[in-house]
Amino acid sequence: MPSLFLNYICGKPATMKKTHIILLVLIAAAIAVLISFMGDVTTYDTVTSAKEKPGKFVHLIAKVEKNSLDYDPVKDPNYLSFTAVDSIGNSIKVVYRNTKPTDMEKSERLVLKGRVEGNHFECRDILLKCPSKYKDDMNAAKKDLGTAVNYETK
Amino acid sequence: MEFIGEHLLPGQIGQFFAILFLVASLVATVAFYKAANTLETQEKNGWIRIGRISFLLETLSVIAIFASLYYIISNHLFEYKYAWQHSSRALQVEYLLSCFWEGQEGSFMLWSFWHCLLGWILIWRAKNWEAPVMSIVSFAQFCLATMLVGLYFWGAKVGSSPFVLLRQEGFFDAAPVFKDVATGELRKDYLTLWKDGNGLNALLQNYWMVIHPPVLFLGFASTIVPFAYAIAGLWKKDHKGWTKPAISWAAFSTGILGVGIMMGAAWAYESLTFGGYWAWDPVENASLVPWLVMVAGLHTNLIFRSSGYSLKSTYTFYILAFLLILYSTFLTRSGVLGDTSVHAFTDLGMNVQLYLFLNLFFWIPPFIAATSKNHKLIVVALFIGLNVLAHFYGVFTLVSTILALVALFWLLNQDKNLPTIVKEENTYSREFWMFIGALIFFLSASVIIVITSLPVLNKLLNTNWAVGEDPEGFHNQVQIFVAIIIGTLTAITQYFKYKDTPKPFFLRRIAGPTLIAVLASIAVAIWGGIEYDKKGVGFLIAIHLGVFAAIYAVVANASYIQLGLKGKLKMAGASVAHIGFGLFLLGILISSSKKSVLSYNTTGMSPLKIGDKESPLENLTLVKGLATDMGKYMVTYVKDTLNPKDRKRYYEINFKSKKGDEKFNLYPDIIENNKGAEGVTPNPSAKHYWDRDIFTYLTFLGDPEKIKAADTSTFRNTNVRIGDTLFYSKGVMIVNNVTVNPSNTKYQFSQNDTAIALNITVISKEGNRFEAQPLLQVKNGSIYSIPDTVMAQSLILQFSQVKDQTKGLLQIGVKESSSVLDFVTLKAYEFPFINVLWLGVLVMVVGIVMSIVQRVKQMRRIGSDSRVG
Repeated sequence: MPSLFLNYICGKPATMKKTHIILLVLIAAAIAVLISFMGDVTTYDTVTSAKEKPGKFVHLIAKVEKNSLDYDPVKDPNYLSFTAVDSIGNSIKVVYRNTKPTDMEKSERLVLKGRVEGNHFECRDILLKCPSKYKDDMNAAKKDLGTAVNYETK
Repeated sequence: MEFIGEHLLPGQIGQFFAILFLVASLVATVAFYKAANTLETQEKNGWIRIGRISFLLETLSVIAIFASLYYIISNHLFEYKYAWQHSSRALQVEYLLSCFWEGQEGSFMLWSFWHCLLGWILIWRAKNWEAPVMSIVSFAQFCLATMLVGLYFWGAKVGSSPFVLLRQEGFFDAAPVFKDVATGELRKDYLTLWKDGNGLNALLQNYWMVIHPPVLFLGFASTIVPFAYAIAGLWKKDHKGWTKPAISWAAFSTGILGVGIMMGAAWAYESLTFGGYWAWDPVENASLVPWLVMVAGLHTNLIFRSSGYSLKSTYTFYILAFLLILYSTFLTRSGVLGDTSVHAFTDLGMNVQLYLFLNLFFWIPPFIAATSKNHKLIVVALFIGLNVLAHFYGVFTLVSTILALVALFWLLNQDKNLPTIVKEENTYSREFWMFIGALIFFLSASVIIVITSLPVLNKLLNTNWAVGEDPEGFHNQVQIFVAIIIGTLTAITQYFKYKDTPKPFFLRRIAGPTLIAVLASIAVAIWGGIEYDKKGVGFLIAIHLGVFAAIYAVVANASYIQLGLKGKLKMAGASVAHIGFGLFLLGILISSSKKSVLSYNTTGMSPLKIGDKESPLENLTLVKGLATDMGKYMVTYVKDTLNPKDRKRYYEINFKSKKGDEKFNLYPDIIENNKGAEGVTPNPSAKHYWDRDIFTYLTFLGDPEKIKAADTSTFRNTNVRIGDTLFYSKGVMIVNNVTVNPSNTKYQFSQNDTAIALNITVISKEGNRFEAQPLLQVKNGSIYSIPDTVMAQSLILQFSQVKDQTKGLLQIGVKESSSVLDFVTLKAYEFPFINVLWLGVLVMVVGIVMSIVQRVKQMRRIGSDSRVG
């Protein structure tokens, strides 16, 4: 909000105080911080657009291809691999060096944070978006009711 | 149409009181407004009486709404949407209250309840300021009431009622089971099929969740008081009078909001799997930012009271703190954070209403600050105009918000009645350094909120920016500098006097504490073992500087109580709070920079990658019964038990120190998610020492069903004799002897049975020994083979048959499989000195309470003096 403070200074340039100078310096620092933040900012991508910028950190929005999960916690709990498919149908192999998030297979939408390295996507972090868990829990419950699995027998 | 078994009365009562709440708060707003604008005493008192009566009605309504909803939830009336959505029969009674906070309606109710309570304190104590301040509070109450009524005006739904029935929402429409076959309508007895609720989110089933939301919401609610005082000051053009009572309220707000936030941190630490207490999650940031601004406002307010400087800043900060609270409510409740936050909130389709509520409050301050009629008209025109535009182009919501702030600044600057001092502050004055501190707090808050608002900007500007690779690291790298400067300022500022301080006097007194702090932090640097190198040398140096600043703040404030206040503890509230703040910083710096991963795993890692700083290989798999090497400890997964009361499954993990005989158990647990969500939610467990915490949580559980399906291995049969040694993939086994009718902990056979057991010793490559006892039994003319398993070695042994009794030849079956494995995968951390952090919070609160008590006493004394005089 630098413009708001400029009033103080521009209004009376003759009475520029020490606090005003410090203020300007601090605001400059804050803006520098924000600019450097925007420099780090990345984008949400599809498989194709992520492949076009190998090595760049991106957020890939995709879901897991059925039966492509490979995870054996006894052998190595820190290795999970699967095939991610985006909404257009393009796919890429994903390697995630961490445990398999619970119910990842059931998640309708994943946000995969990481970068394309060689022919696979090296994933740093996975965010699950299950419709039932988040926004549309009423709708999801209604859908369940439609098939009336839980309540019919009770 | 009537339905069998429905309880409509509590809902009707609740709905009635929701509407009464709406009406009463509107009446109270008008009455207090009239009272504030009337000079004639009798008329004023009349309006005040009406205002108070309406406020009483308002308070009673809020309590009645609470009681009705509590009745509905605790009696499991699942025909109500709120009860169905947020509770279930299995829920423990302790967590019934948590159901309130899970939904948006419940949190708004809680918020308005606290407004009521604060309102009565204001009515009791605010004297001349009662009317204007209470009209602001009542107006906010009116806005909250609109969120709860759930009425339709010209087709637009206003608010969301917690008393709505599921069937009213058309919930059963898609389910044929609930339909009457003849009419196609909902069955009259549909409730006989509808027995249980959806359940409370598993994460909220934690004792912190019973207490954290009420405290946090009291913090949220309390920010309205400094805001209302500031608005009242502008409104009554009494720019000085309001700043006195506002100090105590701002201090209260700082304390309670701080405690609320830190309780959230404690909850995150104890029940979330962030692996810590703070993750710079948008929801956390959204409540931290108003706190930072409130602290800034509190300090500029103190400056103004003592020196006459910084009035405009005080106005600005108090107003902004409250607006930021509203903004944070909008952020967390509108669902806009969807892709960036782990916190899940339900979008009730009230975003337009939430936004209008927010934007209206942004335009109130400039409207009040406008001194001429023309200016007021322009403000109104801008508010309406920009929001009409915003209806068509979303980006104007942003324009409207920013312009409202610009207008406020401009108008404050225009106001000739505002007392300002043209003369520059002295560098050797307390106000100068306090002001710098307040500014830094404010700018730190600005940086955090802009970054947190990225998803909002995306929505408004149609961009698709995502935060970079390591947002936490980014925040840490920025805020460490804030910590260094603020810590140092906290240390030195009290040693300055207001207006001017003789230089030698200042230097002489600050010298001692400075020396102690320098020596202490050098000692920490040498022996403290802070070697956080993930972000480079620069950041490590910054951490050490931060440690110095934190120690400096503690030492300097402690000695100030002695030097500056001559040991008068009564007056030392501020110093005590600052000591707490210093300890708090120190706790953050040490526990985060020295946090170490115990479950560091090198399995399957290429030698090149070992020692990679960014390596995320922090998960370790523990096979049941097998001691596994984990840093300083040998760790064993002993067993798991289901506690039927809280429905959590506890995993007993035994830690045994490699040196010494320290031994303890941790019990991380999992709880099944509520219906509608799949799977389980893990909760951490920690062993608390005075100087560190050992902290662990489960990151993966074997799913026996799935692994079984994949198990295709079969028994491999071998002929053996007693004394033979056999190899398997992970070691050897020795066939020891045969026991007839064994009787031990595992089997109890008597003389009448026919059973022979084979005693086998399994020795793994690592040298671990296990005993196995497969057995053959003859029962009712058939032979049964009962295999035995060695869990830790994924080994199943079967005594298949006696091949040749004369030669002593026996046949055993060996099966190696993953299906027998009972295991858990977990992460474990060590947090050193995390107690310093919690202690710091406590000391800070004690200091704040001390200073509020002191101030209230002082005001009372002055009050009684003037009455006598």
